[in-house]
Amino acid sequence: MRTIAKVLARRIGALAVTLLAGGLLTAVLVRVSPGFDVDERELDPRLNQASRLWIQQERAGNRNILAFYGRRLERIVLHGDLGTSTSLDRPIAQLLRDRLPVTAQIMAIGVVGGWALAFALALPSVLCRSVVFRGLAGWSQQILLCLPAAALAIVVFDFGGPVRALVALAVCPRVFEYLRNLLVEAYAQPHILTARAKGLGGGVILARHVLPYIAPQLLALAGVSVSIAFGAAIPIEALCDLPGIGQLAWQAATARDLPLLLAITFLVIAVTQICNTVSDWAGPGEKRI
Amino acid sequence: MTRPGLTAILVLSALFLTAIGSAWKGTTSQSRQFRELPGARPSHQFPLGTDDLGRDRLARLLFATGISLGLATAAALVATLLAAIAGGAAGYFGGWWDKCTVQVIDLLLSLPWFFLLLAARAVLPLNAPPLASLVLTYGLLSALGWAGPARVVRAGTRRLRDSEFALQAGAQGCGPLRILWRHVIPNLKPVLLAQIWTTVPVFILSEANLGLLGLSAGEPYPTWGNLLRELQNPFSIRLEAFAPLAVILITVACFKLATPREELPI
Repeated sequence: MRTIAKVLARRIGALAVTLLAGGLLTAVLVRVSPGFDVDERELDPRLNQASRLWIQQERAGNRNILAFYGRRLERIVLHGDLGTSTSLDRPIAQLLRDRLPVTAQIMAIGVVGGWALAFALALPSVLCRSVVFRGLAGWSQQILLCLPAAALAIVVFDFGGPVRALVALAVCPRVFEYLRNLLVEAYAQPHILTARAKGLGGGVILARHVLPYIAPQLLALAGVSVSIAFGAAIPIEALCDLPGIGQLAWQAATARDLPLLLAITFLVIAVTQICNTVSDWAGPGEKRI
Repeated sequence: MTRPGLTAILVLSALFLTAIGSAWKGTTSQSRQFRELPGARPSHQFPLGTDDLGRDRLARLLFATGISLGLATAAALVATLLAAIAGGAAGYFGGWWDKCTVQVIDLLLSLPWFFLLLAARAVLPLNAPPLASLVLTYGLLSALGWAGPARVVRAGTRRLRDSEFALQAGAQGCGPLRILWRHVIPNLKPVLLAQIWTTVPVFILSEANLGLLGLSAGEPYPTWGNLLRELQNPFSIRLEAFAPLAVILITVACFKLATPREELPI
């Protein structure tokens, strides 16, 4: 029990350190970017000198990156206030709340669909003796791996295809390759060969012997596929006009909206790290060399 | 090497020669605008037709091949060099340097690659001169893309450092730097080569994604990513506009086929 608590504390500590470091990295990146000190509000001809001075002073408060980051963290941790987006002029918490369901839906479809498709192709390609099917399954996945997700999105969007399901096409080939190798290895195990020789049904072998054997590795891969899905969701949302977190990240990045970018970075790191930690815990554990 | 691998290398060689040829020819043919022939259909004069500004699509595609393939390879070389320095030093010397490097690698790998790239590219000037934006885009790819290869290099270096021949060299009086120079680095070459082969396609696809979002190199220099933006207009979309996508597909597939499998991490 004490060991579990210790491991849990270490994992939470690692997650917190990664979150803080990721946030600081983003803040530093934006701070050192050229043109950071320029505020387009200063170009408004209706503002007098005093107002311009006030804007410059407000901006000057962000110059010391550590002080800015500390203040921001204090507001987030103590008051739960994520701040206001400078480019969209709306509370960041509200923006995230509005857009999270869209991305969650796209990613859920992507991850579940990608895994289902990968299973549907990998299992027959291991069990089926047809060279044609194996070749077709393998090559179709290789072709998907060789295409940029954004180009795929734009082509499907142009022809009125289901853009929300596109993330599945980014997840599937990466899962397929790994899954097929795992299944090949599993079906070559002596106890599974014995079960097949004794005439056990394919479904029973799969459910009782193969899946439990490869489950730890599959869980580890499940965590990674969340990160793959989010990476693919950004260009898909931005190009197909889907109002999700990916599109918001793109808007924040192009508008150099530091508070918004920081909040999204926290969210993305938290989600990917939690998924990786959970899958790592349930799975075989990452082998540190 | 297998037959598909050899074929892939031949195709890649032909693409590289095309790239060198297009660079040799200069920028004139790809930037020339035939104002009387905007959006022309494929013909003898223009095998892939012209774009909305009357520019020869084939000339632009060849020039873009030179830029995208050449700079992606250069960026992959730089990223692998960074990975060799960071991962090699971490793996060989261990201690605090190793712990810090692993933390940085973990941080960079914990963020989705495209999100990291997008955030970092966007904070750099978007209205930079065309040549500067090209350097910025590919410089950024190498500055952020070293983490994955560094992890592999670190593991390889540790394996070599603890290998029997390295231990024997140490027992016979070889200093750490001599072991590194004579025994570890020469044996790391295949690992580094495999990392270059796997990194180039990642960079090609990343640039294509950035280009479609308008965050790659600026006009008038064409890259594969920039050329794909023609697909964004569904009303004027034609079959010949898919040519850059086909070239990307062939190039990335060739890189994957030519990658030496035995040096890849499982």
